[in-house]
Amino acid sequence: MMEALQLPFLQRALLAGLLVGGLASYLGVMVVQRRLSFLGDGLAHAAFAGVALGLLLHEEPLWVAIPFAVGVSLAITWVRERSNLGDDTAIGIFFAVSVALGVLFMSMRQGFAPDAVAYLFGSILTVTQTDLWVMGFIALGVALLAPVWSHWAYATFDRELALADRQPVLLYDYLLAGLIALVVVVSVKVVGIVLIAAFIVIPAATARLLSRTFSAMTVISVAIGVFSVVPGLAAAYLFDVPAGSAIVLVQALLFALALTLRR
Amino acid sequence: MTAPAVEMHAYSVSFGEFQALQEVNLSVPQGAFVAIVGPNGAGKSTLLKALLGLERGLLRDGPTQVSGTVRVMGLPPRQVPPGWVGYVPQVKGFDRSFPALALEVVVSGLRRRWPFIITAQERKKAEAMLDKVGALALANRRLGRLSGGELQRVYLARSLIREPRLLLLDEPATGVDVVGEADLYRHLEAYQAERGATVLMITHDWEAAQHHASAVLVLNRRVVGYGPPEQVLCHECLSQAFGHVGHGHNLVLGGRA
Repeated sequence: MMEALQLPFLQRALLAGLLVGGLASYLGVMVVQRRLSFLGDGLAHAAFAGVALGLLLHEEPLWVAIPFAVGVSLAITWVRERSNLGDDTAIGIFFAVSVALGVLFMSMRQGFAPDAVAYLFGSILTVTQTDLWVMGFIALGVALLAPVWSHWAYATFDRELALADRQPVLLYDYLLAGLIALVVVVSVKVVGIVLIAAFIVIPAATARLLSRTFSAMTVISVAIGVFSVVPGLAAAYLFDVPAGSAIVLVQALLFALALTLRR
Repeated sequence: MTAPAVEMHAYSVSFGEFQALQEVNLSVPQGAFVAIVGPNGAGKSTLLKALLGLERGLLRDGPTQVSGTVRVMGLPPRQVPPGWVGYVPQVKGFDRSFPALALEVVVSGLRRRWPFIITAQERKKAEAMLDKVGALALANRRLGRLSGGELQRVYLARSLIREPRLLLLDEPATGVDVVGEADLYRHLEAYQAERGATVLMITHDWEAAQHHASAVLVLNRRVVGYGPPEQVLCHECLSQAFGHVGHGHNLVLGGRA
């Protein structure tokens, strides 16, 4: 097991898992508390369309998926702010369009596309140096934006009071939407498109069960997001199962434990 | 000569087809205690939101048209320093699923952001304010575990800790028992005596309003009556606002069993 950590691709996998695990679970507390769990699903499928377009154009999928998913996320936020449609409806529409586009792009490619399967179900061992740089850059950005936590939290607690206190609530909403989209795209290789929503929601939901305060919920969520990656990857290595499944199942186990143990 | 706490000239708000407020003219001197009464859908909450600069709602209510002028302490609402105004929203709008302690809610009023860590100084100040409204025992209780009346006290402490010059309360007596309501008026009057602040309070309880308020505003999309309670709460004004009125002032209104 320890000698496995000497392998560069496993080192990259571990680092990638820890980075996106921390990022997804950190933003996840806002997603869960704002009842936007479906957003993760919607954006994962926007990432799918972006990846499919990248593969079709023979470009690095990441560079196509990032602007595509961020664009969709900002558009969802815009529709939510501008209309009385429920969040689920706004997200559902973009979800459907993204899947339709993704399937269309896929079908336009000649021949079989084994790489597409890797994106759907994750393939943490194919994480490249570039992927890591992008993840690191996003993590740095989120860390620098740490003071925004108290603004997001305030508007999550009570949007009207935050507006009454002249908070730029809308601006912070768009910032949150953009960052969630970025994290979703870089999580694709780690957990796969179909599992990203779980990856964002489960650590925060588990933390919610165990916390009396929102700050505690945030800290516990990040701890779960980061530390569930280690046993998840170990299981993936030892039993030769997909890493994404293993990580999400570890998180689900922790959620079940929290549910039974909560006071 | 100080500016009135609140001044409105020909102020109208409509949400699409629905006119919430129509040509409202109002002047509230500083230090007044105004009870706002009126039927459901009379624009009472919209009026308070206009004073907060939130008349366009949370941007989800479709096209909102606003005309006329509003001044709070002589300034357009959005230019009023946020600390000058304390706001206690309607209790039914609170999201109790948010993991928070009562103390954090009070500190959020002080910081105008959500606290990640509460400093010893903030804790002391918040506890003193909770003590003042008789809610010190609730400090470390979770929001989700508070009753409606307890929640009101916590939100009152949250708005008073800012030492506002203008206090806006949206039905603070709803879901509060009679003792709790008497307490609420006692706290508000004590705060007014201490700071000379202005209070605007939406209420369905006429009797209490009559005893405590220096003026009553009867609103039904437009101003039906405004002045000292004994003048305004007359039979004619009330029937104009509500269509029909029973005997005395102990009316049972929609939303209150």
